[in-house]
Amino acid sequence: MTYENVKKEPLVRIAKRPELSKGKATLVRLSSILVALLIGGLLILVLGYNPIAVYADIIKGSLLTGTALKSTVKIAVPLLGAALAIAPAFKMKFWNCGAEGQITVGAIVSTYFALYHVDNLPSPVLFIVAFAAAAVVGGLWGLIPAFFKARWGTNETLFTLMLNYIAIGFVKYLRIGPWMDKGQMFPKVPMFDKAARLPEVFGVHIGWIIVLALVIFIYVYMTRTKHGYEIAVVGESVSTARYSGMNVGKVIMRTMFLSGAIAGIVGWMMVCGTNYTLSDTTANGYGFTAIVVAWLSKLNPFTMVGISAFLAILQKGSNTIQTNFGIPASASEVLTGLILLCMLGSEFFINYRFVFRKKTVGGDD
Amino acid sequence: METAAIQLKNLTKTFGSVVANDKVSLEIRHGEILALLGENGSGKTTLMNMLSGIYYPDGGEIYVNGKEVIIDSPSDAFDLGIGMIHQHFKLVDVLTAAENMVLGLKEKGRLNTKVIGEKMRTICEQYGFNIDPDKKIYDMSVSEKQTVEIVKMLYRGADILILDEPTAVLTPQETEKLFAVLRNMRADGKAVVIITHKLTEVMELSDRVSVLRKGVHVGDLITAETNPQELTNLMVGRAVTLNIERTKCENPVKRLEIRNLSCVNDDGVSVLDNINFDAFGGEVLGIAGISGCGQKELLEGIAGLQKVSGSIIFYPVDGSEPQNINGNSPMDIIKRGISLSFVPEDRLGMGLIGNMDLADNMMLRSYNKGKSPFADRKTPAELAEKVVDELEVVTPGINVPVRNLSGGNVQKILVGREIASQPTVLMSAYAVRGLDINTSYTIYNLMNEQKNRGAAVIYVGEDLDVLVELCDRILVLCGGKVSGIVDGRTTTKEEVGLLMTSLGGAKEAEKQ
Repeated sequence: MTYENVKKEPLVRIAKRPELSKGKATLVRLSSILVALLIGGLLILVLGYNPIAVYADIIKGSLLTGTALKSTVKIAVPLLGAALAIAPAFKMKFWNCGAEGQITVGAIVSTYFALYHVDNLPSPVLFIVAFAAAAVVGGLWGLIPAFFKARWGTNETLFTLMLNYIAIGFVKYLRIGPWMDKGQMFPKVPMFDKAARLPEVFGVHIGWIIVLALVIFIYVYMTRTKHGYEIAVVGESVSTARYSGMNVGKVIMRTMFLSGAIAGIVGWMMVCGTNYTLSDTTANGYGFTAIVVAWLSKLNPFTMVGISAFLAILQKGSNTIQTNFGIPASASEVLTGLILLCMLGSEFFINYRFVFRKKTVGGDD
Repeated sequence: METAAIQLKNLTKTFGSVVANDKVSLEIRHGEILALLGENGSGKTTLMNMLSGIYYPDGGEIYVNGKEVIIDSPSDAFDLGIGMIHQHFKLVDVLTAAENMVLGLKEKGRLNTKVIGEKMRTICEQYGFNIDPDKKIYDMSVSEKQTVEIVKMLYRGADILILDEPTAVLTPQETEKLFAVLRNMRADGKAVVIITHKLTEVMELSDRVSVLRKGVHVGDLITAETNPQELTNLMVGRAVTLNIERTKCENPVKRLEIRNLSCVNDDGVSVLDNINFDAFGGEVLGIAGISGCGQKELLEGIAGLQKVSGSIIFYPVDGSEPQNINGNSPMDIIKRGISLSFVPEDRLGMGLIGNMDLADNMMLRSYNKGKSPFADRKTPAELAEKVVDELEVVTPGINVPVRNLSGGNVQKILVGREIASQPTVLMSAYAVRGLDINTSYTIYNLMNEQKNRGAAVIYVGEDLDVLVELCDRILVLCGGKVSGIVDGRTTTKEEVGLLMTSLGGAKEAEKQ
């Protein structure tokens, strides 16, 4: 037998590393944010600005004055709400990319009550009715893809995405059609009456209290109840769920109703608490950013509070740097993207390490 | 001394904190069959995967015919004449045997199946194979596929063959044929390695045995100079006694009556055809058959996980009215108070959730008890403690994910949970697959305990030696039909083997 084996050991190999302790893993994850900020700083440097000044400005413009802080909270609240909404679905490995649409339909229904029943219902009743209606309609909007998934195994990612466009398209129709503000040049939905605007506590609409209550609710629901257990089992293995006697279709539909309902409530908050009107951009991308929040927080509701605050700071701060430095606001999106990328990348370093060549063998070199 | 075909020196491979192979040194020689013996998880497959280029060693050297080599990919292994036949065949289903031969080879010229077929025939005649080059892989039985794999390696010029548990999927008759072929190869001067944990095969086939234990090479023995007990002790690390205590069946009571059970799967193929049998309390009913003959559908059909026709009559212990449970979902069965436990084949895919901890896994079958919307986590945690304690599960605690446990401990958790409810009927599918000898015997004992307690135990197994030792009766499935029901005390594994391959087995064989 003749053969020539003059190969060398591969230059770099990837090997699994022993499991890291929890503290070390957290350290790796935190340092990944630092790396992201460093890369972001380089980017700012390339754009011709001082990164430290820019980062300082982001903090100042989002936290250090009362008005700034309030606007930041107003961004964080719906973001957190939307993240809480998708958490149960994601735990079930049902990729609900439709929070945007579920927020929108919740907003539509709330707008209906705010515009047409503001005169015949006292404010508190109006809020409660609109709240309940937004939750139910948002839930039903979430139930549609769940029903099709449970019955015919359709792909929920595409399905929920498509439903977003339908919901937003419907808002466009309402804006230039039946709900158009006649007194305006530009076709838009009228501003709500004062009686239809949510009261404020500490300068921010009461939605923040509801969202914080939801944090507790979702935490308890996911970790302490039978429903939460069912969601976890279905997410891990459908066969095991069936084996243990669960009605998988029912769990999927029930969970997506809940997910959609919470998103619908976020829609209610947006129109009654923040914008006081309905527009194509009511959902404002929160339904998508929420996916980032949910992933980064590993579906832990309490971590979500921190992550959504962090992203809100970036978003609000980027408006400030746009005004002060002329850096496009999209820079913050780039930064968010970098952080996500670095954090996901850090998972690799938690599990694997590189091994470099130690020796050469077989050849004459 | 003649140069060894392969010599391994201090080969080490780690996966994270797990040391799969720790400084293993051994020799593979031409014209010899070496058995690589060890329990599951002892690192046999890892070691051979390093020879076939699937893993790269973390340390140590490999010499082929006296020359140090680097094997960085399967094609490197081919170039060195090393061919490995994996447990899961690496064949393309929609291609013919001949097409599979040349798949991935970088030969010049056009594909000429006739030439390939000729070459295949030569190989087949030389070693005593029988294979049709133009047959598609998906039309082949498991044993035919295995033959194609072996011929493929020879076709590519392998003179060192490694077979990973080749008999796991074969009937006794097919095993005999395979062994004959391997002996022919040995006579031809090829080096053959078979990875196995079955002692009978080691004794029958090999010339030399290398034993691995927990990744460490613990001994080399000449087969003719050793015996199964010595090998077992070496493999396990201490003296163990291997016998299953089969008690007499004390007044068996009918618990399950299966009549005209048939099943057509999602592809419209009939997988179970008119199955009839009874299962009695105080008895172990074995179910034998080549894998994929309807065992899975039969058990899942009874458990309410698979749609079947016919009747499944359950006779409650309290003597109340028998109930037909066909058409009931697993939840219905629980709600009707029917005590039916099921240890499924796919432990982490169906029986347990790998990412959940022990306590949460204990809840799977009982989480829905009571009216409260909150889940009771205390009782399952106590049960987990109890199972860990009683079945000697090796675990850092009850709050670790089940996937972190070894295969044997995972199975103890699953079986422990299923017997905790004191079932009237206990079904298990391949309950000892992949388990080490000790755990396997623990499982056999648990089955026997349940039998003695009065449960009707249904045991689907693949190791015929165990089936004839453990079971009171053995039902043999063949192609979705009941091929025969034999008495476990009087039958032989040859009889069961014949029933597995042809309906009515022995009778058919006599006619021919």
